[in-house]
Amino acid sequence: MTTLQLKNIVKRYKSQTVLDDLSLDVADGERLVLFGPSGAGKTVLLRLVAGVVDPDEGQVLIGGADMTDVDAEYRGVGMAFQNFALFPHMSAFDNIASALTARRSSKEAIAAGVGKVAKLLKIDHVLTHHPKALSNGQKQRTALARALVGSPPLLLLDDPLRNVDAKLRFEMRLELPRLLAAQGATVIYVTQDYKEAMALGDRIAVMFEGRIRQIGTPADIYNTPAEIEIARLFGDPTINLLDVVPQRGPDGAFVELSGVRLRLPGFGPEIVGKACVLGIRPESIAFTDASAPGAIPVTVEAETPLNEKTVTLTLTARRREILVSRPAGTPGPQTGPAHLAVNSRATLLFDKENGRLMRPSELASKRNGEAA
Amino acid sequence: METMSPLERLLRGIALTLVVVFFMFPIVWIFLMSFQTNETILRIPPSVVFTPTLDNYAALITGKLQTAAGTLDIAFMRNLGNSVFLSVVSVAVALLLGVPAAYAFARHKFKGSEDIAFTLLSFRFAPPLLVLLPLTQYFQWLGLSNTYFGLIWVYQLICLPLILWIVRGYFEDISADVEYAYRIAGHSWFATFRKIALPLAGPGIAAAGLLAFIFAWNNFVFALVLASADKQPVTVGALAFVTASGIQYGQIAAAIVLSITPTLALALYAQRYLVEGLSLGAVKG
Repeated sequence: MTTLQLKNIVKRYKSQTVLDDLSLDVADGERLVLFGPSGAGKTVLLRLVAGVVDPDEGQVLIGGADMTDVDAEYRGVGMAFQNFALFPHMSAFDNIASALTARRSSKEAIAAGVGKVAKLLKIDHVLTHHPKALSNGQKQRTALARALVGSPPLLLLDDPLRNVDAKLRFEMRLELPRLLAAQGATVIYVTQDYKEAMALGDRIAVMFEGRIRQIGTPADIYNTPAEIEIARLFGDPTINLLDVVPQRGPDGAFVELSGVRLRLPGFGPEIVGKACVLGIRPESIAFTDASAPGAIPVTVEAETPLNEKTVTLTLTARRREILVSRPAGTPGPQTGPAHLAVNSRATLLFDKENGRLMRPSELASKRNGEAA
Repeated sequence: METMSPLERLLRGIALTLVVVFFMFPIVWIFLMSFQTNETILRIPPSVVFTPTLDNYAALITGKLQTAAGTLDIAFMRNLGNSVFLSVVSVAVALLLGVPAAYAFARHKFKGSEDIAFTLLSFRFAPPLLVLLPLTQYFQWLGLSNTYFGLIWVYQLICLPLILWIVRGYFEDISADVEYAYRIAGHSWFATFRKIALPLAGPGIAAAGLLAFIFAWNNFVFALVLASADKQPVTVGALAFVTASGIQYGQIAAAIVLSITPTLALALYAQRYLVEGLSLGAVKG
């Protein structure tokens, strides 16, 4: 286990800035997931930590020691590549052993080390094969074994499940946390799959355009995404985003959906008349009776059954789309008019101008401050 | 392949036979000529029926050429030795210099790297005769004319750009991640070059080496101008068979057979590496 600190990292390729003044602290033994769309700079960041790419500015500290100018072979990290990067001319055994041969371990120690990790990853029966004779899943496990075998204190995993099929990805998503916990290493895990990020991360750092836009626990990111874009990336089906302009009501601000008032708890007059985007998770909406207070009338357009849930597309009076998600097997309207109940505590309000989340508590305290 | 009809197979067979006959006929004819005397070679009409003789080979190996005008000394075996020596050493030097350079050009983009690589390639653009005159002058001043050292140096004009540019492509085809993975596993850049880059580019290096060897072996004009009889390769030495008393076709044929044997053997031996080189792409990733 070790710590990792990145201080004001800048990396440019020609005129393009790939990492823009990025700082990051990873605690001892923490599992940090780097999440973001492709081109966000996640892989470059990982390579920079591994030492195969040099930053233009900033510092990389591993275990408190400045490693910025230290060559990759002396950094003592383990890394698994998205494309596996196995050595095609070596057997699986030699591939895995490569991390041990550099330390001039004895032959017996190498064989024991490789055997142990191969057994753990269930590839002990294919160790004599060359990479081209391995299945995709075996390749991926071999690449993982190579990263794990030296018990590096810092483990870098670059989207290791990207290139394996869905079934294997699901299996590994369940298996990896146990494996990584047993390893006891500090882990940085890169992924583009929000489910993987939520399943594996102690914390998630969301990256866009070379910057970390939000960092927090999976629950933090999911419940209070700092920006519209982040809200959109987490959750399936995607969060409902509706352009709204809050109005003043007797008990705080409200917005209108299909002519029905939806309260915005905690928000006051400061947001009245401001262009906002209302975010409602599909699972925070339920079908209800027309008689229920605050029921929003909609028209059911289409229903999509997914494995464990059913997603319904509905339209408001102004023909705005709202997705509703409910557990599979529960009853719901198929077509025609219906009514929705929105859990107003689970709604998110974003500033349309800059896309940032607006937090009632901050605004409330600000209001109090002004009053005082 | 399995879906081919008998007719298609027949046509394919005929086409292949035509190609093989077209390319192999001169070699076969030369081979037959090398076992004949000048009289049987020159008779009209020509015939493939003759009493084989080893006189031509004997003359080449002993170095005594019997002509109508008397016995002539020829240095064919020495020329052959020169060819082998010059080609092998030139290719070895070119590999030693070219492979690391190719790796540098493939992996490290430094200021002016493309310009340097292109300049090296441009040596192949200029016709050899263009550079020969100044080169002869320089070599005389430097005392390099008629030395193996000087010839091998000049042969680098042929071998080095070829090896550099072919091998560079092979290095560029190796995924950088594979090399990164080896570095991260704790190996130095030199170990990575030796254990990862070199073996993976091996087939390409073999192909480039073979090609450079053939070009060096076939070179004529550099050795003709820059070396005298005792340093000349077979390509130049073959001129000795055009004697005052006639052209010794039988000996020329035997000389040709002897001089293509090394390159042919090398090509056959290297064939499997060449095939491996072509299929390398299939195992990447």
